[in-house]
Amino acid sequence: MSTRMIIRRLGGGLLVLWLVSILTFLLVHLIPGDPAEVIAGENATTADVERIRTQLGLDRPVLAQYVTWLSGVLRGDLGKSLFTDKSVLTSIAEVAPPTLVITVMAIVLAVLVGVSAGIVAGLTQGGRLDRLVSTLATLGIAMPSFWLGLVLVSVFSLTNTWLPATGYADLGEGFGTWLSHVILPSTALGLATAAELARHTRGCVADVLTRPYVRTARARGASGGWLVRRHILRNAAIPVVTVLGLQAGRLLGGAIVIEAVFGISGLGTLAVNAVLQRNYPVIQGYVLLCAVVVVLMNLIVDLAYGWINPKVRTA
Amino acid sequence: MTLLSVEGLTIDLPGRQPGLVEDVSFQVSEGRSTALIGESGCGKTLTSMSILGLLPAAVRVTAGSVWFDGVDLLTCTPRQLRRIRGGPVGMVFQEPMSSLNPTMTVGDQIAEARRLHLGERRGAALARARELLERVGIPNAARRIGAYPHEMSGGMQQRVMIAAAIACEPKLVIADEPTTALDVTIQAEILALLRDLQRDLDLAVLLVTHDLGVVADFCDEVVVMYAGHIAERTTVDRLFYDPGHPYSSALLAAVPQSGQARSRLTVIPGRVPSAGGFPAGCRFEPRCAHAVEHCREPQPDALLGEGHRTRCGRVASGDLTLKGAGRG
Repeated sequence: MSTRMIIRRLGGGLLVLWLVSILTFLLVHLIPGDPAEVIAGENATTADVERIRTQLGLDRPVLAQYVTWLSGVLRGDLGKSLFTDKSVLTSIAEVAPPTLVITVMAIVLAVLVGVSAGIVAGLTQGGRLDRLVSTLATLGIAMPSFWLGLVLVSVFSLTNTWLPATGYADLGEGFGTWLSHVILPSTALGLATAAELARHTRGCVADVLTRPYVRTARARGASGGWLVRRHILRNAAIPVVTVLGLQAGRLLGGAIVIEAVFGISGLGTLAVNAVLQRNYPVIQGYVLLCAVVVVLMNLIVDLAYGWINPKVRTA
Repeated sequence: MTLLSVEGLTIDLPGRQPGLVEDVSFQVSEGRSTALIGESGCGKTLTSMSILGLLPAAVRVTAGSVWFDGVDLLTCTPRQLRRIRGGPVGMVFQEPMSSLNPTMTVGDQIAEARRLHLGERRGAALARARELLERVGIPNAARRIGAYPHEMSGGMQQRVMIAAAIACEPKLVIADEPTTALDVTIQAEILALLRDLQRDLDLAVLLVTHDLGVVADFCDEVVVMYAGHIAERTTVDRLFYDPGHPYSSALLAAVPQSGQARSRLTVIPGRVPSAGGFPAGCRFEPRCAHAVEHCREPQPDALLGEGHRTRCGRVASGDLTLKGAGRG
């Protein structure tokens, strides 16, 4: 991929982030009535309302507020939580690791399981393995992640006490402990994506198999693993990578539900509590973080796309 | 010396009668070129694909044999077949754009056969690929080796296909409509290249085409196919001066003649029947200008002279003499 392409993609990502920053900022101003009063709640004293008004700078012109807020954000200052004295950035940093770990593990699991199952199914089209994978994939897509989470807990934590049902452990507490806490939530979260990827990969592999260049490769004597690795996988990967990029954002959102099922205090819990308490600075921080993650994921997908598909590289 | 011998080849779409290709027999001699000619839908591409076992999964060879180098390619092990594909038999396809892998450099695609068949390392195979690119007339070969197919023109892509087909010094190249997807000027260049290679490397070529001009320019022998049957088999000279089947003479008459401006373009009325709708007798009978009652009965394959066979009963019995076109 040419440097110009990378710069263009980066520019596009930054533009999206800037638009998100405006929307996020306006969040406070979209509240009907006086934001300070609404944020303070029904039983607040006038002093409380005034405190919130000054803390949020709501007494100044909107544009000036935005400039101040944005320059703060760019320096990493997302403001302070309205109810604790912690900065928003610290609150997020404290709870982000479990969510990110579970999401990343879910993606890894989805790619490993989904893509390999899809490849096998695509290569053995119409066979027994293909039917098995296709059936499981349909099931996987149909199962809601919270339900799957409950089933997993009941099987692996209650019926058999192999894995802990709730909570999260840091990697610092030992790899085994960490893994035992991470494995069920990421499975519950990632299985639907694995199913989606399996179905997609299967279709792409089956499609590539009918292409004339695969016949050319066969006519050249290529077969088996050589044919699959050099001619089929790379071409089939192009659309699969796109789907993976779309799924990444969904997984981050889905993590909220999974946190609730497994009693993990992570980003989702933080966001839900912030919404319930109308803790706007925290909500803003969470929205911005999600936007950054999604934009980053898309950038990675674009770069991977260019690496896999030479046509994009020169375009 | 006969290099490739196709005997009684029959190709079926299981569950449908009669065959897409029926009782097709012909030979390709060492260093010579044979044309497989006919309109679209006559079974010529199916015939050429079946030689290296590259038919689509739904289509089956149900009878016949394909002898190459003492081995029947239709009954040999997959391993034996793999050794022949891209080794002693190279293949060039129609539409080079879709027949080249879009995610692989042209160098790697040319080098692939050498790595597979000769066990060469990538570096050595790529060095040889560079020489092959030069040989097929691509300038700047050292730079082009790292290019992807979409960065090349159609003519260049077809040169790459040819380079890949001859990478392991084959004895036979099967070319399926190698010039059909190209501009007319490029067609002439590609044919000239194929002719040079044939002479220099002593290649036998099986050329599948629907273009009689290509046949006249390039081939020694010709197999005329119609609706899954061989209508006529002969030398190119005899086909042009003394065709032995009404279909051949109709094809000759349908070639536009230069120097005869404003003359009417002759066409063959009707179209090739599709498999399942073949007439019981001579398959060309419904479109034939010389058809008589007796043509509705099955026509046997008859010998007209040395190396000249026809499936037309009237020509075989001396009842009908056809007009040739002469060459060019």
